[in-house]
Amino acid sequence: MVFLIRLQLREDYSNLIFYLSPLVAVALTLFFGSFIFFILDLSPIESFKIFFISPISNTYGISELFVKATPLAIIALGLSYCFKNNIYNIGAEGQLTMGAIFGGGIGLLFNDSTSVFLLPLMIFFGAIGGAFWATIPAILKTKFNTNEILTSLMLTYVALFILDYFVVGPWKDPAGYGLPKSMPFPDAGRLPVLIDGLRVHIGVYFALIICLITYIIYSKTLFGFKLKVTGFSSKASQYAGFKYKNLIFYTFIISGACAGLAGLFEVSGPIGLLYRDISPNYGFTAIIVAFLGRLNPFGIILSSLLIALTYLGAEDAQLFLKIPSAVGFVFQGLVLFFLLGTDFLNKYKVFIK
Amino acid sequence: MNIDLVIGILNIVLISTTPLVFAGIGELVTEKSGVLNLGLEGLMLVGAVTGFITLVLTGNYFYSLFLSIISGVILSGLFAFLVLNLMTNQIATGLALTIFGIGLSAMLGKKFGGTPIDGLNPYYFIVISFLLVFFVAYFLSKTKTGLIVRAVGENHNSAYALGYNVIKTRYLTIIFGGVMSSLAGYYISICYAPMWQEGMTAGRGWIALALVVFATWKPWRLLVGAYIFGGVAIMQMNLQAIGVKLPGQFFNMMPYLATIIVLVFISSNKLRLKLSAPSSLNIPFEKNQ
Repeated sequence: MVFLIRLQLREDYSNLIFYLSPLVAVALTLFFGSFIFFILDLSPIESFKIFFISPISNTYGISELFVKATPLAIIALGLSYCFKNNIYNIGAEGQLTMGAIFGGGIGLLFNDSTSVFLLPLMIFFGAIGGAFWATIPAILKTKFNTNEILTSLMLTYVALFILDYFVVGPWKDPAGYGLPKSMPFPDAGRLPVLIDGLRVHIGVYFALIICLITYIIYSKTLFGFKLKVTGFSSKASQYAGFKYKNLIFYTFIISGACAGLAGLFEVSGPIGLLYRDISPNYGFTAIIVAFLGRLNPFGIILSSLLIALTYLGAEDAQLFLKIPSAVGFVFQGLVLFFLLGTDFLNKYKVFIK
Repeated sequence: MNIDLVIGILNIVLISTTPLVFAGIGELVTEKSGVLNLGLEGLMLVGAVTGFITLVLTGNYFYSLFLSIISGVILSGLFAFLVLNLMTNQIATGLALTIFGIGLSAMLGKKFGGTPIDGLNPYYFIVISFLLVFFVAYFLSKTKTGLIVRAVGENHNSAYALGYNVIKTRYLTIIFGGVMSSLAGYYISICYAPMWQEGMTAGRGWIALALVVFATWKPWRLLVGAYIFGGVAIMQMNLQAIGVKLPGQFFNMMPYLATIIVLVFISSNKLRLKLSAPSSLNIPFEKNQ
């Protein structure tokens, strides 16, 4: 059977479809996810419960959801500046790592400090570290016209090796039985938790504040307007006299600082020291979060919670269903596939004859 | 320094570099047609696990190779459908493919971790990898079809106006790249290791991606670059062994740093960039416009 499909570019840009398509993508992911469980000889309904419902059916679970969603939301909010501007910073994982190295380095440098200024200093340097690492692709792009996708990606791996160097080398804990990890940060360098006994920390407030600031920037400021115009048409932006190179710098620095902040929050919050695997792919997964949230600050908060659930569900699935926790990546990949696919319907009307 | 040691090291370099050549040459052809596929790592892992599972279950090398290739065709076909027909963002789609592949391969291979197999002789694949580079170099520079691939990658609108089928060309180059990545994965799990372990490609997909840029999209340079990258990795281990006090991480980041330097060098000059990089790389082709 042959379908003749005709496409027509939409003239009436539909807001409804634009915000509905993430929901469709999530629904399709759940459907296919159940199908995968079925193939693996697991009861779809039971697995579904273990994956998506039981992880957040108690306070501990809810707290963990926020622990995972916080870095994702902060990074994705930062990335939204770049993506809005059609700049593809895909090196957030490296910027996160650099933030952890800079901010965490401060914590290790003053490891006997009890000062209340230690944590703010670490947070500041975390953001600086991320911003510094993001400035490199920005400089290379504006000065030498290099492709920022490739350079930011390459720099990610450089950053990971730098972290590796520090934790097996100069920063290795002498009392750590030779394990590749640093000594723990002093208590003054730990992020305060919101509820005693749970791991959810004040990073949540930062995420919400960044979300609000981002919303205001996007909807009320000239800078936000410039980003929007440049994203729609770089020619229109040039014609309006917006300085494209400056926009590249600002967006890279903002997204890098956010990623660095998230990295510092991870190490000074739940982890408490530096070691090799500080991030389970948060920097890359945040790209999914940003797209799924439609680059809208509030959308990003929602999608960060959803994607955080795939991390939690995957951990429970490993525990109770004996399937590798990497199953979370399958869901993350699927949801992005479906989202990108359904986006097609935003742009085109499809007629089947 | 005795001769046996030198030969031994060269042998290891030869064996360990081959997956980079496979994945790199495939991605080179894909990128020459104007598509950037960031899904190499995922494709390699799925290719590795499919081949491995099939070999364990059937004991037949031919079937395992065949299914590994099929896995590459299916996954890269999916990627092609998304970026070519649905015109999705190539970066996001490629990352989705990698993330999906990492998860899928771990799930499929769960029961097979640690299963012993009889590995294949790597030298067949090493020879094939050299022939492949020769073939691709010849194909791109001397054949009409190769010229069409390059035309599509340089300016898809002109190529379309001349009557070439941009979508079909890119489907074929993407699938070629996907199959090459699967073969790289197959080589790792069947010849190089030989075993299956979650995430066993260990970032080779990203190095292969860097390699294509490092080689400025030229097949022979890719072969040389692959052996430089592979050689540096092996040298690092051996220097550590004889007590050189340079941190190993420094060697590990060399391929990435070298790629950035090459990228700066070619991009800083407009003409040089035009002569090296495919101009339509990562730009979606929209026929309806």
